[in-house]
Amino acid sequence: MLEYDFMRIAFVAAFWVGIVCGPVGWFLVLRGQTFASHALSHVGFAGATGALLLGFPPLAGLTSGALLAGILMGVAPERTAGRDVMIGLVLSVALGLGALCLHFLTHAASAATALLFGDILGVSRTMLLWLVALSVCCLGALAFMGRPLLFASLQPELAAAKGVRLRVLDIAFLALVALATAECAQITGILLVFTLMVAPAATVLRLGIAPLYGLALAACLAVAEAWGGLVLSWYTDAPTSFWIALLGALGFVGACVSRRVTSA
Amino acid sequence: MSTPAVQVLHATVVRGGQAVLQDVSFTVPRGSFVGVLGANGAGKTTLFQALLGLAPAQSGTLHINGAPVHCGNAAVGYMPQMRKVVGGQLSGWSMVAAALKGRKWGLPWCGRAGRAAVDAALAAVDAQDLARKPLETLSGGQRQRLLLAQTLLDDPSLLLLDEPLASLDPARMRETALRIHSLAQSRNMTVLMSAHDINPLMGVMDHVLYLARGKALLGTVDEVITTEALTALYGAQVDVVRAGGRVFVVAEGGGSALQPHDCPGGHSHA
Repeated sequence: MLEYDFMRIAFVAAFWVGIVCGPVGWFLVLRGQTFASHALSHVGFAGATGALLLGFPPLAGLTSGALLAGILMGVAPERTAGRDVMIGLVLSVALGLGALCLHFLTHAASAATALLFGDILGVSRTMLLWLVALSVCCLGALAFMGRPLLFASLQPELAAAKGVRLRVLDIAFLALVALATAECAQITGILLVFTLMVAPAATVLRLGIAPLYGLALAACLAVAEAWGGLVLSWYTDAPTSFWIALLGALGFVGACVSRRVTSA
Repeated sequence: MSTPAVQVLHATVVRGGQAVLQDVSFTVPRGSFVGVLGANGAGKTTLFQALLGLAPAQSGTLHINGAPVHCGNAAVGYMPQMRKVVGGQLSGWSMVAAALKGRKWGLPWCGRAGRAAVDAALAAVDAQDLARKPLETLSGGQRQRLLLAQTLLDDPSLLLLDEPLASLDPARMRETALRIHSLAQSRNMTVLMSAHDINPLMGVMDHVLYLARGKALLGTVDEVITTEALTALYGAQVDVVRAGGRVFVVAEGGGSALQPHDCPGGHSHA
């Protein structure tokens, strides 16, 4: 299968996306913000369809839409009970806007499918370069803020007392999530962002591995699941997103079972 | 003694539009073990926040070891009130280690010296074994011990402990209070420890800091926990009853003055 250019590109793209989604997802799951990532991907959808409508590449619209929403979400009043509701509202409005943009697009159906369920086999060389650049930025940012982010996630009050700027971290992290979500949506589609962002990370966290190793393992697992999806999709002709989703769920269930067995 | 550990002069701290502490003044000498008492909402947490530099005083001054309070002061160890556990699958060790240089940018990597510091802090509270277990499998008291170890990481000279005895059973309360006391003595630390009940701290504390109606009263147990002193502080009849070697502060009407419904000032949550 590696004799085809599109497959080689797909494997490289999956690697760069997975290596970001794993560790970013690790923090996302730890902080209990998975719903936010879900919403960001939907805002990204509105951005992507808007970009298509205006003749820009969808990745640009996806990234800027999600990034803007991520920063706004970070700036918005924190941790109130209404935050879930707010995210839910933003999510549905964004999806509605996306539907509106699609309505005006001529090749609506194929564009919508690619955006919603991912199109890893359609990644072009230019897009690959963008993905690599985004990944390098994300990993750099994550490595830079890893320690205070971990501290602030585990013990916010203590971190604040020790001089960690919680607000700045909140915003920076959601911006990072937005970028990772935009990348992930290229591979798995907007509706299945959870599969690469959340499933590998949740699996690793469930195993109780120490933070730094957990982050590395989450990256490896995300790449493995993405590659596994590609291989399985090659042999079965089922979509890659389907296999990645299935592998993610199986991995998580496996982790739960092994945890149960070892602790019993 | 030279500079006091904590010196608060005419401090007024406002939270949510309400003056939680009003023109409060007190001085804690170095090495003193202070029990901070008062009803819910009397301003115990707010006082700690002010000393941590998180709640700026509207007027007055707060000094720690002679220097004005500021956020991120390494000389101050802080244990927040217990709340729900984040990352329960992670080991206690990971949680304690997260605080190590937690403010510095970079990867959460400890290094050999860092790991040794975490191990030493855990050893100081006999929690090395506990620290290997996942957080979610630990009891409240066990987690409390890890948090105590965490406060020791920066080798502080002042400990601010917010309700470390809350939700412990009576035997554990006494044990924890004694543990903190001996730690403080061996490391020459000043301790401010808030509590709901004075009794687990009897014999352990050198001073009582009693908060009510935005005011504060500092002194020895015999000076502060008296009917006259507390009545004056609350501005309402409060009786101190001693029975069976224990002390009860009872408000008019029969309730315990340290319970939330009896706070005569009627302050909301601090």
